[in-house]
Amino acid sequence: MGNELLKGLKGRDLLEPLDFSTEELEALFDLADRIIEHPEKYTEKCKGKILATLFFEPSTRTRLSFEAAMLRLGGEVIGFSEPASSSVAKGESIADTVKTVACYSDIAVMRHPKEGAPLVAIRAVDIPVVNAGDGGHQHPTQTLTDMLTIRREMGGFTNITVGLCGDLKFGRTVHSLAKALSRYDNVNFVLIAPEELRIPEYIKKGVLEKGKIQYKEVERMQDVLPELDILYMTRVQKERFFNEEDYIRLKDTYILDAEKMKLAKKSMAVLHPLPRVNEIAVEVDSDPRALYFKQAQNGMYVRMALIMSLLGIEG
Amino acid sequence: MLVDSIENGIVIDHLTAGLGLKVLSALGVETRGDTVALIMNASSKKYGKKDLVKIMNKVDVDLAILGLIDPRATVNIIENGEIVKKIVLTLPEKVVNVVKCKNPRCVTTVEPNAPQVFVLENPETSEYRCEYCDEVVVLKGEWENELMHL
Repeated sequence: MGNELLKGLKGRDLLEPLDFSTEELEALFDLADRIIEHPEKYTEKCKGKILATLFFEPSTRTRLSFEAAMLRLGGEVIGFSEPASSSVAKGESIADTVKTVACYSDIAVMRHPKEGAPLVAIRAVDIPVVNAGDGGHQHPTQTLTDMLTIRREMGGFTNITVGLCGDLKFGRTVHSLAKALSRYDNVNFVLIAPEELRIPEYIKKGVLEKGKIQYKEVERMQDVLPELDILYMTRVQKERFFNEEDYIRLKDTYILDAEKMKLAKKSMAVLHPLPRVNEIAVEVDSDPRALYFKQAQNGMYVRMALIMSLLGIEG
Repeated sequence: MLVDSIENGIVIDHLTAGLGLKVLSALGVETRGDTVALIMNASSKKYGKKDLVKIMNKVDVDLAILGLIDPRATVNIIENGEIVKKIVLTLPEKVVNVVKCKNPRCVTTVEPNAPQVFVLENPETSEYRCEYCDEVVVLKGEWENELMHL
């Protein structure tokens, strides 16, 4: 059944996580698990194929993850990582740039500062296009990475309590994860944020309440740590605050350190989309519950599964 | 006041009183050179007052724009003096190149040939969502000022 679902992904694009059904995601995560289990079986799966990275703004982490994924599948990579070095600097449209690149490659990955740019690309070409982040809009492979990590730790997505912490107002990865997880049964959300950075109304009403998801909003991490199965940390950015006093008052409330980790369950997993600044103290890194670097590695594996599936390569 | 019935053309009836001029402008009628009659604030059994537009010669009326501006209006197609078709307007599911996305971060602000596409999100509130950036806009009330002049 999983193979049939994956076959259905051939030639498709990925603009946002909801583009794939929950069944298709399960099949994709199953494939990622198989790759993690036996990476040596996949080293030639994409031999002869080329992945194009079209990064109209720099994003080293995401680009390296995609490039590593393709190389570990035995494929090759071409691309650019900033517009100044490409024809974009000459005023070429996104559609024309992508159409040209599609002549040389089998699959394209695009990162662009303007929202909706990947949709322009998807409409311009026939090869699969993956959105690697468009402005503050979507970053679907980050959500797939987060989901794969949660699934591997918790065994699935049902009956879990997920704490989302930090900047819930502007945090793109938080919104995307909330939307993706709201498709599963009995997911409880604990929203940990200062008043200024609470999750927007349209997510509360349009996603959580609409999906009859249980959630609560708190300001102090310490009050809720014992309840959480997953703690998803995000950075509280100084520039988001109206005045510096508020930032100073709040910035340390949202720092996870060894002391706070004592309050958490032995099985709680700590995730972070990275880069982290000071919101997770370095002392937490050696705690076995700290999974953010494993999460980054999972990102490469889920991208391998995605590339294979969109190219119609079985595994 | 008497305005003749037309032999062949279109009658847009039951327009909200006062919207007739905006409808004519939105349909670009003045640039096409058609013979047009506009009656404003005529009496209406149904609504008390109404505007009415008659366009001589069958023209392609943009039903999407009309449905957005005044969904209660009706469109009658006239042939040989008879009504051959009555169209009841509804809010269109999708509008293309009618309004511009105002989100400065939207790709439509930079991409030369990307059409402006909005999808109906909530018919009760006339909320439309930009297909590219998901920004929501309300196409109700005074929004006609946002019409793209193509």
